[in-house]
Amino acid sequence: MAEPTPAAPRPLLALENVTRVFRTRAGLVRAVDDVTLRLDAGQVLCLVGESGSGKTTTARIAAGLTTPTTGSVRFDGTDIRRLRGGEFTAFRRAVQYVHQDPYASLNPIRDIFATIAAPLRRHRLVRGRAEAWQRACELLAAVDLTPPEQFLKKFPHQLSGGQRQRVSVARALTLGPRLIIADEAASMLDVSIRVSLLNLLMRLRDELGVAFLFITHDLAIAKYFGWQGTTAVMHRGRIVESGPTPQVINEPRHEYTRALLEAVPEPDPDLARRKREKRLA
Amino acid sequence: MGAVDATREPAGATAPARTATEPVLSVRDLVVEYRTDAGVVRAVRGVSFDLYPNESLALVGESGCGKTTLALALLRLLPKLGSVPSGTVRYRGRDGRVVDLLSLDAEQLRRFRWREAAIVFQGAMNSLNPVLRIRDQIRDTVRAHDRGMSRREIDRRGREVLRQVRLDPDRVLPAYPHELSGGMKQRVLIAMSLLLDPQILVLDEPTTALDILTQRAIVDLLHELRAQLGFATIFVSHDLPLAAELADRVATMYAGRIIEIGDVRDIFYHPRHPYTTGLLKAVPPVVGDLPEITSIPGAPPNLLDLPPGCPFHPRCPYAQADCTAAEPALEPLAPAAPGHRAACHHTDQVTFERRPAAGRPVAAEVNADG
Amino acid sequence: MSQIVDTGVPLETPVPARPGAGPLRAFFRALLRSKAGFAGFLVVTAMVLVSLIGPLFTPDRLPTNLDAIYQPPSLAHPLGTDSEGRDIAIQMINGGRSVILVGLLAAAISTFVAVVFGSLAAYLGGWVDSLIVSVTDIVLTIPQIVLLAVLASLYKLDSPVLLAVLIGAFSWPFLLRSVRAQVFSLKEREYVEAARLLDLGTVRVVAREILPNMASFIVMNFVVTMTNAIYALVGLYFLGLAPLADDNWGVMLNVAYTRGAIFFKDSIFYILAPVIAISLLQLALVTMTRSLEEILNPRLREN
Repeated sequence: MAEPTPAAPRPLLALENVTRVFRTRAGLVRAVDDVTLRLDAGQVLCLVGESGSGKTTTARIAAGLTTPTTGSVRFDGTDIRRLRGGEFTAFRRAVQYVHQDPYASLNPIRDIFATIAAPLRRHRLVRGRAEAWQRACELLAAVDLTPPEQFLKKFPHQLSGGQRQRVSVARALTLGPRLIIADEAASMLDVSIRVSLLNLLMRLRDELGVAFLFITHDLAIAKYFGWQGTTAVMHRGRIVESGPTPQVINEPRHEYTRALLEAVPEPDPDLARRKREKRLA
Repeated sequence: MGAVDATREPAGATAPARTATEPVLSVRDLVVEYRTDAGVVRAVRGVSFDLYPNESLALVGESGCGKTTLALALLRLLPKLGSVPSGTVRYRGRDGRVVDLLSLDAEQLRRFRWREAAIVFQGAMNSLNPVLRIRDQIRDTVRAHDRGMSRREIDRRGREVLRQVRLDPDRVLPAYPHELSGGMKQRVLIAMSLLLDPQILVLDEPTTALDILTQRAIVDLLHELRAQLGFATIFVSHDLPLAAELADRVATMYAGRIIEIGDVRDIFYHPRHPYTTGLLKAVPPVVGDLPEITSIPGAPPNLLDLPPGCPFHPRCPYAQADCTAAEPALEPLAPAAPGHRAACHHTDQVTFERRPAAGRPVAAEVNADG
Repeated sequence: MSQIVDTGVPLETPVPARPGAGPLRAFFRALLRSKAGFAGFLVVTAMVLVSLIGPLFTPDRLPTNLDAIYQPPSLAHPLGTDSEGRDIAIQMINGGRSVILVGLLAAAISTFVAVVFGSLAAYLGGWVDSLIVSVTDIVLTIPQIVLLAVLASLYKLDSPVLLAVLIGAFSWPFLLRSVRAQVFSLKEREYVEAARLLDLGTVRVVAREILPNMASFIVMNFVVTMTNAIYALVGLYFLGLAPLADDNWGVMLNVAYTRGAIFFKDSIFYILAPVIAISLLQLALVTMTRSLEEILNPRLREN
């Protein structure tokens, strides 16, 4: 499998020795422990781990929602803490987030048009309502919610989970991002719909050149989505293994990765039985 | 009561040898309704199946298919707005007597539950009372269903079941739920369900919300327990790979009906209903090269407004004119193999190609007879 | 086979209700759905109309008529007369205005302070939050009645605005804490976070993403504060802490009580009328608001 070529000289987003410590009643907890990641333009990085592994905190740090205790986050080479005013806005526009829960990620009292138009108007990407409507239709069409006019007037509770996630993606696209952080974006969807959302994201990557930081606990999804990119496995706040996805999944080197792969249930009864017999032997 | 699958071919090494041929649970034409603001919804629209002793049956489907409703209805645990207008659920006790669960009164039901059949609800995190210690919850559970046991017997039994699920009783009994991890809580719930040694265990999404490694431990534990204690299992899941791991037989549900049922190898290797094949194609495997996975277009139907004929036809790649005319019945695919049944007018056209796993190419398998 | 768009059939809903299309119609539709709510609305409207418009038609000051003291209800005097021979029914019509207006004003002041500072405290956190919470806690510990009694003995609390401000000043701490708690929880919602990520700005996020989701909460709190304010006001009059200059329901209660109206069968209305009026107003306000919650929360609408 070809190594991903070291593309641009500067990564789009880089986390350098990022650590995040939380103070809890049980003492200090290192949610993220000395994590270094890089994401190049148009590339996919899958961050895999169980709950408590620190992957969500890492994603939030990458999005600038949480500040690291030590270490830095560099966007296009510049530490995001040093960005001021217009530069920070540019960062915000370039890095967007798709949340896990389709039921919580949309404001329930706003219709879809209001949700999509708000950032368009705020950032003066459109002038007037007619233009906003036009652009909103384009965005919904880009995420396969057709006919767009029908969806724009609906409220979140009138849409299915899969449709809501697509609206979330459309919202993330409003500012023309260069990187989308998808935090378990497909985990709460039904199996048969999950794939279509993933296919949509892959299409956006191909058509718009958007990079993805894809967080998931599901190794099979990470493999599918990140096949041409890299995968990093997190455990207890540290990255225990990272590399090109085919390599990490098919030839894992770290014992934790191996344990994870062994533990994943396979949709294959004979294989499952063989693995079980091997385990108990 | 006639056993539908009186003689069945042993389904290979995955199933434990069946000595008895009488089912322990026999469901016929079960219908479950809910009263909602929008009208009466039929969440389960005529389900029939048998469960044999020591057998594990998986009810697989996506949200809204009725699997959880069905599981709850079997133990008559439906919420107030739910009702069972028709159908029978016959249970064969250890003494051989058969009762219709739907006709039991409250007292009989209380004795039936937990002693004959127990349930582990979805969301282990929330099923335990947060202000009671585990020891007290065990006591409450036993006393609710068996007033005859003495305190000492209850405690002894509690320790026994905790050990069976590989937990340390001294550590767990005095603890509150928030002191236990998710995996431990799930084990506690499984242990509690075994307290009165039931013949049937119903599990609703037993591993959702658990980490992969914990999931694996719970799956292995369930295997072990079933081998040791010999109970039959019905488990509900949207997770197909889990069914491959745990089940002897699998029933896929769609829009309130079972649309395919069969031995686990039949379902996974020779599925005959387009929905089942669609589900299988939507699940990416972990081993092997890059898989090709496809989604099923459309979305599950609104139960208040089902499409005419087969409820799956709007999304079905094999749909034809007669699919809108009549809803297909769940029928055996071949007289020689009554165990594998599918509800489709065109099972002869359904194909399923097994993805190459671990680099081994497998020839596309078109319908073979039987 | 028909072309299936890979998004699924949108869940069809029978009610096409949209907020833009005729808010007034939606308002009445929601009210009509709940009989209690509609009844409450009618009662409140009736009482407000009577209290605001009624006094235009009734004499401001009634002459004292010592011959007609404590007359039982009759055609001329539907509720009888008071200890000075004045018609009680007319006093009831005149008496609602101050009570309702002061209640409204006090609730408005209180709610405004609580919402603005409570939401800012929760959203901004840090030292802003600590400061606001400290001030709130200090005010919470001050006993309202005692302070009012002290103030009443020092100053003449005759201006309704002054009364409204004083009562409002004691109602906001509790409300602020509620608002703050609500905003805390809403702030963590994913859609609020998404709004922050889209750089929509603090004021906009609070005003358009968070507060509208609390609209029914705020309205309910406003009404509760108003009912509390009315009780506080009536209490002030009843205890004699506010000058008995006005002819409002609270004054009537005081006068009726101190003049022994409860001891006579014929005069019982003097005390019952204001009591019933106040209770009815409060009850109607609360029932009406509960059905308003439906409009303000679209999620409840479709079910």
